[in-house]
Amino acid sequence: MPIVLIVAEQQPDGNLRKASLNAISAGKQLADKAGAELHLVLLGKEPAKVADELKGSGAKVVHLGAAPELEHYLAETYAPAIAALAQELKADYVGMASTAQGKDLMPRVAARLKSAMATDITAINGSGADLTFTRPMWAGNVFAEVKLTTPVKVFTVRATEFAAAAGGQGAAEVKTFAPKVEASKTKFVDFKEVKSARPELTEARVVISGGRGTKGDFKEIEALADDLGAAVGASRAVCDAGWVPNDLQVGQTGKVVAPALYIAAGISGAIQHLAGMKSSKTIVAINKDAEAPIFQVADYGIVADLFKVLPELRQELAKLK
Amino acid sequence: MKILVTAKRVEDPESKIKVKPDGTGIVQEGLKYKINPFDEIGVEEGLRLIAKHDPKGEVVVVSIGGKEVQEQLRHALAMGAHRAVWVNHTGPLDQLAIAGLIQKVTEKEKPDLVILGKQSIDDDQNQVGQYLAEFLGWGQATFASKVESLESEAEKNKVPAVTLTADGKAVRVVREVDNGLATVECQLPAVVTTDLRLNQPRYASLPGIMKAKSKPIEELTPAKLGVDVTPTIQVLKLSSPPARKAGIKVPDVATLVDKLHNEAKVV
Repeated sequence: MPIVLIVAEQQPDGNLRKASLNAISAGKQLADKAGAELHLVLLGKEPAKVADELKGSGAKVVHLGAAPELEHYLAETYAPAIAALAQELKADYVGMASTAQGKDLMPRVAARLKSAMATDITAINGSGADLTFTRPMWAGNVFAEVKLTTPVKVFTVRATEFAAAAGGQGAAEVKTFAPKVEASKTKFVDFKEVKSARPELTEARVVISGGRGTKGDFKEIEALADDLGAAVGASRAVCDAGWVPNDLQVGQTGKVVAPALYIAAGISGAIQHLAGMKSSKTIVAINKDAEAPIFQVADYGIVADLFKVLPELRQELAKLK
Repeated sequence: MKILVTAKRVEDPESKIKVKPDGTGIVQEGLKYKINPFDEIGVEEGLRLIAKHDPKGEVVVVSIGGKEVQEQLRHALAMGAHRAVWVNHTGPLDQLAIAGLIQKVTEKEKPDLVILGKQSIDDDQNQVGQYLAEFLGWGQATFASKVESLESEAEKNKVPAVTLTADGKAVRVVREVDNGLATVECQLPAVVTTDLRLNQPRYASLPGIMKAKSKPIEELTPAKLGVDVTPTIQVLKLSSPPARKAGIKVPDVATLVDKLHNEAKVV
C-alpha cells in the first residue's frame, strides 16, 4: 500500500505547531485519494511530549525519533533523518506545513530523495496515479495545477486552505525509531522569540493590520485587537521600517492569513500584501485615500483617517455587548 | 573572498499577471522583466560583504535562461558585480535541474559563499537554495534577515547583515522564522538565501551601467555542465483565482458595525 508521510513540527516551547494539524488533514485527503496509508513523523529531543496530540488525528502510525542532537532544529540534521525514514518506509509522498521550518527543511529532504517538490499546495486533485496538486504562483495571482513525476513526491501545505485535523479519530500506533544523525556544518546560536499575549496571526479568527497610515503608532490597532481577541498584523512597509516585529508581516513573503474578519487600517493594498490576506472571509478597509487598491478587495470600505475610525469602532462594538 | 550570487529573470512584481484563456500560460504582452527582487538583495549583500572584508575579492553573478537573461546579468554587473556566468538554456526547468546547474557552476567557481534569493516571485517555490546546499553537502542559512530597521543608520551606512566570524571561517546569519529570529553559524563554504529585510539594494549608477557593458559574461550550457535538465514537474494548467465580488463603501462607523454584525455576522 502506498504511504503518505507527514512531518509534524514541535515549537521551541515543546508544543505542537498548530499548522501541523492542517498538514495532517491534507495528508489524510491525499491518502484517501491515492489509496494510501497516512503516517506521521516527529523529530526532536523529546518528541513524545506531543505524541498524544498526534495519536488521535487519523494517522495509522506515528513515528517518533528522539536524539539529543535534534534539540534545536537545523535542516542539516533533520533532513537526513526524515529522508532515511521515508526511504525505509518506501513513502510515496512526504509533506509538511508551509511554516518557516517546512519551507527550510522539505526542499533539503526532497533533494536527498532526488524528488520534485510542490510548495504551498492549496488543493489535491484526481486520484491514484493521476494525482495533481494546485499551488499559487505570482503572489497568488495565478493557480497552477502541477504533476510531480519523480517516484517520491514532496510538498508543503498552505495551512489556511485545509481544516485542522480534529482529535478523537482512532488511535495511531506509536513507534519510536533511532533517527539517522549526521554531523552538521551549521550550528544553532540562539532564538529570539517575539512573545505576544495575542493569538497567532495564522490561527486568529480576527486580524487587524496596520500600514504606513499608522506612522508607526499601533496603539489604536492593539486596543481594538484586545477588545476583539484579535491578532495584530502589518504591511511590509511597516516591518521594513522596524516599527513592528517582522513576524507580523502579512503578505506573499510574510504570513498568509485567512481569518473570518480582516481589518486593514492605513494599508494601501500592494499586490504583496493582498497575496497574504485575499482569502479572508470578510475584509474591511480603512484608508484616507479613496483610490487605494485595498478597496477593490474589501467587502466594506470606509474612507477616513484610521485614528478617527478605530476609537469610534471600539465604541460602537462595545454597544453590541 | 569569492561570492556567487544568482540573478533570475522574472516579471516585474508590479505587473498585472493574467492567465491566457486556454490556461497554457500567462499573457506576455506588455510585461516588463526584472532581476528577481530577492536575488537583487543577494547581489547587494554580496557587494557589501566584499567591500567590508576583501575589496580585492569578487562577486560572480549567475543566471539561467535564453539570451534575454543577459539583461539581468548586466543589471547585477552595473550594481558592481565583477563577472557573470550565463547558462544558456530555453525551455522549462525544475528545481532539480536548476540546483544541479548551479551546483556545477559552484564546483567550477569554488566560491566561499553562494547567495540566492529565498524564492523567485514568479513560481514562488522557495526551494533552489536548499536543494543546492544538499547537493553540495554544505550548510544552509535560509531567510537571512536583519535585526535593525531598513531605515536605520546601519542600513544607511551599508553594513552587511550577514557577518563573517572573527576567524573568517564561518558566517553568522540571523534568520526570519515563525514567532521570532533564529541565529545560526555556518562553516564556509555555505549557502545563504535572502529574505526581504536583509538590505535595500543600491541603484545602479550611470558610471556603473557604462562599466557593466565591458564586464565579461561567460557562456555555458547544460550539456557543457553535464546536467540532465528533463523536467520532473509538469504544469498542466494555469487558472486565475476566483475574483472577490465588489464590496461597498460605507459612510460612517455606525453603518460599518451594523453591516459587520447583521450582514457578515462576524462581530
